[in-house]
Amino acid sequence: MTTTTNRPIPTPDERSAEFFRAAKEGRLLIKRCSNCGRNLAPQREACDACTSEALEWAEASGRGVVYSFVVMHQVLHPSFKDEVPYNVALVELDEGPRIISNLVGVANSDIRVGARVEAVFEDLSEEVAVPKFRTVAAD
Amino acid sequence: MAQAKAAIVGLGITEMGKVFGRSGTSLAIEAINLALEDAGLKKDDLDGLLINAGISNSIGLGLQNAGGFKGLRLLNHMNAAGSTACQMVQYASMAVQNGMANYVACVFADTPLAAPGASSGAAYGGAARAAAASGNGRPAGPPGWAGLNAHYGYFGVNIGYAMAARRHMAEFGTTSEQFGAIAVAERDWAVMNDRAQMRTPITIEDHQASRFIVEPLHLLDCCLVSNGAVAVIVTSVERAADAKASPAYVLAMAQGHPGDSRSAGDPHEVSTGAVIARETLYGQLGITAKDIDICELYDCYTYTVLVTLEDYGFCAKGEGGAFVEDGKLGPGGSLPTNTGGGELSAFYMWGMTPMSEGVIQARGGGGQRQVAKNDLVLVTGNGGILDYHASIILSPRPA
Repeated sequence: MTTTTNRPIPTPDERSAEFFRAAKEGRLLIKRCSNCGRNLAPQREACDACTSEALEWAEASGRGVVYSFVVMHQVLHPSFKDEVPYNVALVELDEGPRIISNLVGVANSDIRVGARVEAVFEDLSEEVAVPKFRTVAAD
Repeated sequence: MAQAKAAIVGLGITEMGKVFGRSGTSLAIEAINLALEDAGLKKDDLDGLLINAGISNSIGLGLQNAGGFKGLRLLNHMNAAGSTACQMVQYASMAVQNGMANYVACVFADTPLAAPGASSGAAYGGAARAAAASGNGRPAGPPGWAGLNAHYGYFGVNIGYAMAARRHMAEFGTTSEQFGAIAVAERDWAVMNDRAQMRTPITIEDHQASRFIVEPLHLLDCCLVSNGAVAVIVTSVERAADAKASPAYVLAMAQGHPGDSRSAGDPHEVSTGAVIARETLYGQLGITAKDIDICELYDCYTYTVLVTLEDYGFCAKGEGGAFVEDGKLGPGGSLPTNTGGGELSAFYMWGMTPMSEGVIQARGGGGQRQVAKNDLVLVTGNGGILDYHASIILSPRPA
């Protein structure tokens, strides 16, 4: 999917470049502990189970559930002045980690905790795409 | 029952709320002076100073020289977010117990309201400010993960608490009206507090009709943003016996920091560090929740009160909504809670809001709102988004 968003466009840095590169290819990356195998959120730099810093990137299925969500009414950033109210969701991936994202293609009033979701990727520029989630039928 | 660990013998509270044109340092010095006066002490008696700045970061170690505090034997600038107030009193208690200092001032000051008319949301939307600073129109986001959150519109602390509240609602059937019952109870207390900024009684209907800040949180679920300062003076149990005013004794103290991996299996803020702290806190006195007379709970949001009550065992996990909806937290109720109006209706001085009211109630100085039975007053603080937690129990008696 492509966008005409007015929202801030992330700038990949050393720690996130691989994540954004994969997102551009339609793949959702998480981290996996090379020591104990635990799946971790992509931002983690150490394993919360064994504290190992030997983490590798792993591809997630992109599927999960809405663990929680909010509908934001405040305009704390000028890019969002025409977007309120907008949703922010905490998605629990099937692999375990929970990540912040937005739900697309669903009215805010129809969002439910526990709903099944899958990742879709929104192109923001030539270089950057970001994962968002759409609701899907329960398995 | 265990002996008290220390005592609070002085309390200073400045003017609160839309206080403009004064620095955090100025407010902090005034709060300390008021606390010294309350305690019947002179500045030279003070040999310890613990400092906690709020979101505006308007005080720091420079307070020592700005206030002319000389020859201190204890000094630190502490930050464990909203749990700091309880932590300062804990560290001060340990210091006076161990002979490191005689009288320790613990002070909090904040000036987040920059100018008349400035929005309080802006004061706490730091991430948004940082993002907005990077451009206009179609701004570039900050680098890396922060930019991802900015793209998703994840700004400020309101969203994190709303996320926790929503999860609690989904998991346990908690309702917005039940959050409203907390707001109503606190407002009913605020009516009797001259220092409270909001003193007009409200109803559940008012709560429901107030605008959404971040669903599921309404305006009346959220604390006030305030300028001001609060200080307390901590001393040893022995010295407290000679105090000018009646002391509030520190009977028990605890912390709890659960950690959150943001991964399946973690309760993610439907359970807090209070679960850890309560074992330590109650264990020191051999008591249970049933023995607590008054609660002064950190209430940056109505939800925080509800989850804290659960985690201190006043009701089972998930039953907080039903527990609070009968009005038991308000004046005349069976569990007087946030008896000054709390952060929701009185003023928001982080953990110093519940601390100051706990001291007032334990010393019997609550006037019209004084609760008759005040043997055990639970004071809690939480910081981060329910990440850090500290608590103490205050009492009019040293044992």
